[in-house]
Amino acid sequence: MSASLSRSTKRIAVLAVALSSALVAAGCTSNDPATTPAASTQQASNAVSDNDAPGKKVVIGFSGPAADHGWLAAVNNSALAEAKKYSDIELKAAEGTNDASAQIAQIETFINDKVDAIVLLPTDGAALTEIATKAMQAGIPVINVDREFSSPFAARATILGDNYGMGVSAGTYACKIVKDKNLTNPVIAEIAGIDALPLTQDRSKGFADALKACNQTVDNRVAAEFTVESGEKQASNLLQAAPKIDVLWNHDDDQGVGVMAALDQANRHEMAFIGGAGSANAMRWIQEGKMEATVIYPPTQAADGIKLARLIAQNKGLSDLVQVEVPNRVVLNAPVVTKENVEQYLPLGFES
Amino acid sequence: MSADVTKVDQAGEPVAGRTEGEATATPSGPPVGGAAPRREGGLAGFLSGPAGRNAGLVLALLLLVVVGIITAGDRFASPENALTILRLGSVIGVVSVGMTFVISGGGIDLSVGAIVALSSVWATTVATQTMAANYHWIVLVFAALVVGAVCGLVNGVLIAYGRMAPFIATLAMLAAARGLAEIIAKRRTQIIRERGFIDFFGGSVLGIPVLVIMFAIVAVVGWVLLNRTTFGRRTLAIGGNPEAARLAGIRVQRQTMYLYILLGVACGIAAVMIMARTTTGTSTHGTLYELDAIAAVVIGGTLLSGGRGTIVGTVLGVLIFTTLTNVFTLNNLDTSTQAVAKGAIIVAAVLLQQRVSRTRSG
Repeated sequence: MSASLSRSTKRIAVLAVALSSALVAAGCTSNDPATTPAASTQQASNAVSDNDAPGKKVVIGFSGPAADHGWLAAVNNSALAEAKKYSDIELKAAEGTNDASAQIAQIETFINDKVDAIVLLPTDGAALTEIATKAMQAGIPVINVDREFSSPFAARATILGDNYGMGVSAGTYACKIVKDKNLTNPVIAEIAGIDALPLTQDRSKGFADALKACNQTVDNRVAAEFTVESGEKQASNLLQAAPKIDVLWNHDDDQGVGVMAALDQANRHEMAFIGGAGSANAMRWIQEGKMEATVIYPPTQAADGIKLARLIAQNKGLSDLVQVEVPNRVVLNAPVVTKENVEQYLPLGFES
Repeated sequence: MSADVTKVDQAGEPVAGRTEGEATATPSGPPVGGAAPRREGGLAGFLSGPAGRNAGLVLALLLLVVVGIITAGDRFASPENALTILRLGSVIGVVSVGMTFVISGGGIDLSVGAIVALSSVWATTVATQTMAANYHWIVLVFAALVVGAVCGLVNGVLIAYGRMAPFIATLAMLAAARGLAEIIAKRRTQIIRERGFIDFFGGSVLGIPVLVIMFAIVAVVGWVLLNRTTFGRRTLAIGGNPEAARLAGIRVQRQTMYLYILLGVACGIAAVMIMARTTTGTSTHGTLYELDAIAAVVIGGTLLSGGRGTIVGTVLGVLIFTTLTNVFTLNNLDTSTQAVAKGAIIVAAVLLQQRVSRTRSG
């Protein structure tokens, strides 16, 4: 892929390498200042790593879906906020859209503008693959966020939350509850998101696979639409369908507000209620004891995408890795937040 | 003006539920209060009358109930489940009752979902909630109703006096209102802190949820307004034949505007209900309500081209869709199958309606 780099980029790359080696010589290479002799000076400047030091000015194009729910809003906002932290990033943020053809037009504009890198959270990975490949062929590195392209040639780097892993985390935790409470024939229910999306299918598959490990299956399943209203609606019907529920996994904490309203309305709090995504609301519920746990799906992916785009455009690597280039693929972990560790995750929680 | 009203009364009275134009064009048979079919012709004639159409809907609903009882037994046939169905149907039901007026009046409103969203957001902003905390939670209700009414007014003025096609004007409102809702809410979900509001609207009176009571009141008021007042007769008149209505002395433009305001207020009420149900206001509320409401109205038997409207049919239409969803969920079937079934019902209803209108003209 480096073969497609333009000459000017190469020249700048050489410069960047020279600059960074100079910084290496100065001794500020690591994220762990205590191990370096120059620790005190580094702490004073408050730099995490030399990668954060201003480098070549880069223009990054950012395009994502319309932020129609809390998680996506958090994704967009954190991306914009991250870009502002760097004086060497000029961010061109396209208006969020749920229309794949409109998003394709945005990427075409970025290509015509000859931006240095594109961070793309596609409305639909497959639909945006063609145009992303074109951008790559034009020598613009594309960083694919969250929803994956259908071709490996369409992205220089891919950063994803782990949807399947989210399901596995939730399912494994459900198994733990079943085991801890010593339930013989537990009723396990699932409120999924939009069923047509691969991410929902992945989450459900992970959940089912993890439940298989403890010989359990999903007894009742409904699909909502990631909105508060649909969550309330589906949960109300679900509660009628299952007079008693032991474990309930709701894929998304935004629709979870509606699910919680339905649980309150029906006065049904007998089940261990597990959430998904990790909103601030969910974390507060966990603190209050109204919710058992939630599985994180990081809303900081696009922000990480911006960081990676900057590093790639400046020809830098990840400072914590020995490898000199940014990895092709970063899959984020899907940890379970419970009462024990909620304080640690609360700052990451997004307001829905 | 009073002379106009009398005129309409005379023209409209015998055929509540029929159009003015048709009424004058086919003066066959004695008027029987509009409830009985006016045309001989056995089953087809019966089906074309309001009672027949409603009987068909009741039959469909009963069929669903039977399927529910067979497949889900006690879980379906419990009072709690019945209330759940009613509660779920109540929000879209209120919007659909309002929609019945607009469609009977020859219009259409695609912006209802967006108006619900905007009303819910406006009524739950920090400013509104602070005001509510200082005075009373009723402030939230007023805010929602006023926002709904103003949106309806804008729609009505654009359509009646701006001479915009209802489809286009309300499409513009659909985009603008939801956009404004997103701007105001900053795309966040606004949680309602007024416990009084939640407790009141989330509560029950004599075991019946307040939301269901609200739906019942709106439906009854809607029925009376459409079937027993000059307002209702004017609505059907302008929907059936605006030119004839104008000649009969009805101020078509003003009446049209009133219909959209009425629907706007219904959206405001729906916003209050959804706020109570979800304890939030957000720009995603009311997604695709326009389609759900239009579907319920049309399968209910209201003519999409205007001139005939039935509140009872609309309520039955809403209940059919809500019960369908409930039965599917109780049987653990997925939403995709549900959507297919919903589509099939709409097609069946419209085909039936076409048959009916063909029998009429033939």
